[in-house]
Amino acid sequence: MVLQSFKNCLWLSCVLRTPKACFWSTASGGLIIQSVSNDVYQNLAVEDWIHDHMDLEKQQVLFLWRNSPAVVIGRHQNPWQECNLRLLRQKKIKLARRRSGGGTVYHDLGNINLTFFTSRKKYERMENLKLIVKALKALRPQLDVHVTDRYDILLDRQYKISGTAAKLGRTSAYHHCTLLCNADKFVLSSVLKSPFKGLKSNATPSVPALVKNLFEEDPSLTSEVLLDAIAKEYAVQHQIDHHITLINPADETLLPGISNKTKELETWEWVYGKTPKFSVSTCLNMAYKDSVLDVKINMDVKHGRIEVCNIDLPEQWLPPGLYSELIKNLTGSKFCPNETTTLVTTLLRLCPQDDELHSKWSLLCENMIRLM
Amino acid sequence: VCIHRIRSCSNIRFIKSKYVCVFDKSALKFSHQQRLFRTSAVSCGQIVQFKLSDIGEGITEVTVKEWYIKEGDSVSQFDSICEVQSDKASVTITSRYDGVIRKLHYNIDDIAFVGKPLVDIEIDASKGVASEDVVETPPMSHEEHTHQEIKGHKTLATPAVRRLAMENNIKLSEVVGTGKDNRILKEDILNYLAKQTGAILPPSPKAEIVPPQRKAEAVPAAPKDKAHKIPVPVSRPIAFSGKDKTEPVTGFQKAMVKTMSAALKIPHFGYSDEIDLTQLVQLREELKPLAEIRGVKLSFMPFFIKAASLGLLQYPILNASLDENCQNVTYKASHNIGVAMDTEQGLIVPNVKNVQVCSVFDIAVELNRLQSLGSAGQLGTSDLTGGTFTLSNIGTIGGTYAKPVILPPEVAIGALGKIQVLPRFNGKGEVFKAQIMNVSWSADHRIIDGATMARFSNLWKSYLENPASMLLDLK
Repeated sequence: MVLQSFKNCLWLSCVLRTPKACFWSTASGGLIIQSVSNDVYQNLAVEDWIHDHMDLEKQQVLFLWRNSPAVVIGRHQNPWQECNLRLLRQKKIKLARRRSGGGTVYHDLGNINLTFFTSRKKYERMENLKLIVKALKALRPQLDVHVTDRYDILLDRQYKISGTAAKLGRTSAYHHCTLLCNADKFVLSSVLKSPFKGLKSNATPSVPALVKNLFEEDPSLTSEVLLDAIAKEYAVQHQIDHHITLINPADETLLPGISNKTKELETWEWVYGKTPKFSVSTCLNMAYKDSVLDVKINMDVKHGRIEVCNIDLPEQWLPPGLYSELIKNLTGSKFCPNETTTLVTTLLRLCPQDDELHSKWSLLCENMIRLM
Repeated sequence: VCIHRIRSCSNIRFIKSKYVCVFDKSALKFSHQQRLFRTSAVSCGQIVQFKLSDIGEGITEVTVKEWYIKEGDSVSQFDSICEVQSDKASVTITSRYDGVIRKLHYNIDDIAFVGKPLVDIEIDASKGVASEDVVETPPMSHEEHTHQEIKGHKTLATPAVRRLAMENNIKLSEVVGTGKDNRILKEDILNYLAKQTGAILPPSPKAEIVPPQRKAEAVPAAPKDKAHKIPVPVSRPIAFSGKDKTEPVTGFQKAMVKTMSAALKIPHFGYSDEIDLTQLVQLREELKPLAEIRGVKLSFMPFFIKAASLGLLQYPILNASLDENCQNVTYKASHNIGVAMDTEQGLIVPNVKNVQVCSVFDIAVELNRLQSLGSAGQLGTSDLTGGTFTLSNIGTIGGTYAKPVILPPEVAIGALGKIQVLPRFNGKGEVFKAQIMNVSWSADHRIIDGATMARFSNLWKSYLENPASMLLDLK
C-alpha cells in the first residue's frame, strides 16, 4: 500500500513536472488503472488524456472502467440510426460518442470496459482479446469462449459477450472492448433498436448480435471477479505487480486538462453534430378531422443541422406565409426536438389566434418533432 | 501572384467541382490571397505526394471519414490531416511535412489504399522533405483541429512557434496572435504560458519583454528589486486574450428575438406594488411537509398562480387576446398561466393549463412536472403553447422591481421580485418584521387601462396577504 502511494506520487510528479511525456523510469512495463467514476463522459475523457499525454513506448496501460446506463456510438455513426433516442431520453440514459470506430454498444454497471493502451507500433488487438479469454478460462476452465476474426468474443459459439473498437494516433493507440457480465439485456435490446425509417446515410452501421451475460452462464462471475481476473492476467503477461491503481477522472491536478476533454465530449456539437451527413425521407400519416393526411418530409442533415427541408403539404392547408416561415426557420436549426419545439411554439405566438390553425400546426409539428 | 494562381488553377481542373468551389471562395478572402502571395514569394516548393502509411494488422484499405484540412490550408508536421476508418479502428492521419495542401486525393466515404497518395503537399524548398525517423514528441491532440474546424480558420504560426506550443501542450487555437494577420508569435505563446501558470517566465535570451504577473502576491516583490532590475515597460497591458466572436443567432435565441420583436408592437404600461407575504410564508412552512409526503415540492409559485387566476375571474380582460388588426378582443375561457423558466439553453415559458379548476396542490404537481421536463429539455409543444397570462419569478435569482415584456398574444405579465425581510408599521403603529415582495406588472395599454390593472393587483395582493381569504373564493 505504501509502495503504491509512493508510486502514485511519482507518477503525479512526472505529470506535473514534464507536461510532455511521462517517462516513468521504473522497470515495470505496465500499469493497471481503474476509474472511480461511472460517468461515461469522464471515462472517455480519461482515454483521450492517456492517448494524448502519456508516453507509451516504455510502459503500456490497462484501463478498467464501468458506466452507469449509457449508449455509446462509434466515431462515425449516426445516433438516429443506431438507437431509440426517445426511449433514451425517457429513461434518462446518456448518449456518448467515442473517438474510436466501430459500432454502438449499451453500457451499464453490469458491463465492464477494458482499454489497452500501447504505442502505435505495438498495437495488436488479437493479443489483447486472447489475454481476456485466457483470464476467463483460468477462472472457469469449462467456459466456452473464443475470439472470432471480427474481434468479437463469443460464448458457447453463438452469444456475443464482447465487442471491440480501436483508435490509432500518430505515436500511440488504444484498443478497447466491452465484456458483458450482468447487463440489463432487456433495456439493451430495446434501446439499441431504432424506430427510424427513411434514413439514408453513409455512417458506419452496427451489426446486431445475440448477446448473453457471463452471469447467466455462471452466477459467481461478477464484475469484480472478472475485473480482477483480467488484471491478474495482464500483470502476469507484463511482469508487473498485480495492483490496480484507482484514478479519479475529475482530478484536474492528476490529469491536467481533463475537464475540458470531458466537456467537449458532452457537447451537442460532438455527440450529434459529428454525425456524417444524412438524409431523411419519410411520410407522416396524420389523422385530421376524419381523414388521414400523407405528408412527405425530406430533409438533409449536416453537422446535426437541417441543411435542406421540404414538407409536402396539401395546398393552402397552412397559410403560405406561415409555411414559408416554418421552412425558413427549420433550415439551419438543429435536428433536435428541444430546439425545434421552441422555434415552432414561438412561431405560433406570432400568427393569428385561430383554433383550427393552432391544431393543424400542433399536429404537424408534433409529428415532425417525433422524428428527431 | 497571378502566375502562381494560374498554375494552381490548372491543377484544380482535374479535381471535382466541389474543390474548385472551395478554392475559389477561399481565394476571394484577402488573407488567403496574401498567403498565396507569400508562399510563391518564398519559393517554388516541390509538391510531394504524402502516401497513406501502414495502418498495421495487414490492413490494405481504409475509408476516409473526415478531412481536417482542405486544399490551400497550411499544415505543419504532426498536424492532423484526416480521420480514416478500418474495421472498427478509427485512425488519425497526421502530416509528415510542413507545407501547403495542394490536392486531396479522396472524398469522404471513398476507399483509400495504403501506400497510395492521400494528399499532395507543397513543401517549402528551403525545408526539404522531413526524414522518416521522426523525433518522438507527444502527439498534438487532434481536438485542436476539431476546434479549428469548428471555428473555420487555420491558425497562422511558423513551425518554430508551433513546436514551442506543442512542447508546452498549448492549443494554438487558444492563443491570440498579435502578429500580421493574427499570426501567432513566440511572445504570444510566452504570454499565454505566463497566464496559465501565473508565473513570470525566466527571460529567454532573445525576449525583451517580461510578461507582467497577474497574481497579487507577486506585486510586493517588484519594488524591492527595482534598483537592480531593468524597469518593465508597462506599455503592453496584461495579456488580454479577448477577441470579438461572432456567431449566428439560432435556436432559443432566435425564438427570443422573434417573440420580443413582436412584443415591441404592444404599447406597454407598468404598475408596481409591494406585497406583505408574512402570513403566506408561515402558511407555506406548514404545508410544505404535507406536500412532501405526497411527493411534491411546494414553492410559492402555486399560490401566486392560483391567486392570479382568482383575480382573472374578476378582471377577465387581463386574460384576453387582441387580434392582428385590433378589431376584436377575445376573452379566453381557460386560465393557462405561463411560468417563465430559465434553462441551460435559454428562456422558455411553459404554462399550467386551466388553473381556474386546479387546486394549489394540483398546480404544484404540474409545476414540478414542467420544471423537470424543462431542465431535461423535453417540454412538448402543448406545454409551450396556449398560454393566456404569464408570471415571471425573477426573484429566485434576485431583483426587486422589473419591467417585464408581454409575450404575444397575451396582454399582461407580472414579474415577482425576491422576498426580503424589511421593517414595516402595523395597525398599531409598531414596527415589525415583514416578508416583503415586489411585483411589477406590464399590460397592453390598447385594451387595458391603469385602473383595471391596479384593481386586479390589489385583489391579487389581498389574497396573498391574507391567504385565508382565498378559501372564500376557491372553486
